[in-house]
Amino acid sequence: MSLTVGVLAIQGDVHENITSTQRAIKELGVEGSVISVKTSEEISKLDGLIIPGGESTTIGQLSLVNSLLKIIKEKIEQGMPVLGICAGMIMLSKTANDRVVGKTDQPLLDLLDINLERNSFGRQKESFEANISMNSINIPKFNGVFIRAPSVSDTGSGVEVLAKFNEKIIAVKKGNMLGVSFHPELTEDVSLHKYFINLIKKSRN
Amino acid sequence: MLSLSGERTDAKGIIQEKSNSNNILRGTSTLKRGFAHMLKNGVVMDVTTVEQAQIAEDAGAVSVMVLDKLPSDVRKAGGVARTASIRIIQDIMDSVTIPVMAKCRIGHVYEAKVLDETNVDMIDESEVLTPADEHHHIWKWDFTTPFVNGARSLSEALRRIEEGAAMIRTKGEPGTGNVAEAVTHIKKVNDELRTIKSIYDSGDDQDLIRIAREFKVSYDIVAKTAKLGRLPVVNFAAGGIATPADAAYLMSLGCDGIFVGSGIFNADDAKERARAIVLATTFWNESDKVKEAQKMIDERQSMLGLDVKTLELRMQDRGGLA
Repeated sequence: MSLTVGVLAIQGDVHENITSTQRAIKELGVEGSVISVKTSEEISKLDGLIIPGGESTTIGQLSLVNSLLKIIKEKIEQGMPVLGICAGMIMLSKTANDRVVGKTDQPLLDLLDINLERNSFGRQKESFEANISMNSINIPKFNGVFIRAPSVSDTGSGVEVLAKFNEKIIAVKKGNMLGVSFHPELTEDVSLHKYFINLIKKSRN
Repeated sequence: MLSLSGERTDAKGIIQEKSNSNNILRGTSTLKRGFAHMLKNGVVMDVTTVEQAQIAEDAGAVSVMVLDKLPSDVRKAGGVARTASIRIIQDIMDSVTIPVMAKCRIGHVYEAKVLDETNVDMIDESEVLTPADEHHHIWKWDFTTPFVNGARSLSEALRRIEEGAAMIRTKGEPGTGNVAEAVTHIKKVNDELRTIKSIYDSGDDQDLIRIAREFKVSYDIVAKTAKLGRLPVVNFAAGGIATPADAAYLMSLGCDGIFVGSGIFNADDAKERARAIVLATTFWNESDKVKEAQKMIDERQSMLGLDVKTLELRMQDRGGLA
């Protein structure tokens, strides 16, 4: 069994996620390949998808081109595991409010039952690095890199909270969907990418 | 993962804090360069008003750059060009969700401090404004806010990175609607990267030291950049980009993204053009989509281009010798 993992290549730090995922696959000894994707045909062949960090308004709007949003949504509803990082988690959410501007009408996938606050920790000067723990998925210590990061303001039924920082929810999971506020691809630690690969492996079995 | 060559871990701009018993760090190279990574494959648009900022956001820009005047208007107005009004910068910060950048003069430490206090997301130490210091650029490690700087060559880029720039934009000639200089400079940087990479691969350390001396930078950053085969920070193209095809061409030359200045808001079809340039930047390697983007604009409404050879004011030369 060989896995095909895609990184949505509309905008943002696509390359870093490809590198981290490749390393995770190698360290786990799994057979698989990682590709950048931006067409419906590419997405339809995937076993798992990473929606990377970037600008969620840009990623959302450009995903409307060629009905990409629609096909991504269908695939996730059919059970394809997805990892949403920062902007990617915003894309997965039901509603996203900006801390300063308030309600935005940006296109979202509306799949993960969470409400989200954009730029929750402030602007770039307030961006930070701090250790966080995700004990329920066996990652007790992880260097969280938070860049103009969002946080989850409330969760619907069945959404598991994986991590909090200063009382704010920063990592969630529901079924095949995983969302994190911080950027694992900007660190050397690939444990979260490994966890995601294992999730894809399980979904294939 | 980030390659962090040229970083400093003891910089004044790095702040350690404790919050609810958690140790947190701000202003590290990972955070500053990481911010630039989030802009990749995107378009940063120059704006002067709240309305323009909203048009940019609606068009899919990843960030806006606030100026007092667009580069082509700076060119016409002459005189000394300074940073934008703080009130306008703040109004724009309150009205869009995307990051907001602002320009300060080359070497003007206090203009930069004012922007840092204003809490903009990135400061551009820019040759579009009149330089305040003819000999020095700002020592950017002292700031928690990340900086972007212009460069026409690899040596200029590496000098700026050693001063703390978290992002580079290869300079074109701003405010001209003429992409030629931007093309020249990215090609020059690429050629120089290929040269140092081949020297690195050949194992000739002595030659790398010679290049470091010539570039006026440390051996360390030359060796690490050579090993990497690309700049250790994100690099956008800037200056003279006016059409979707201009943007796609520069992306195809290996730029990580695009800065657009006067090319949009001095054209008569600003909204369509902004959207078209974003589309062409995203789908640059699919020429049918770039054609669709190019179809969205009308060449008769493009800003009038200027021949760089006849210009009296060459902004790209400013701050180039430091």
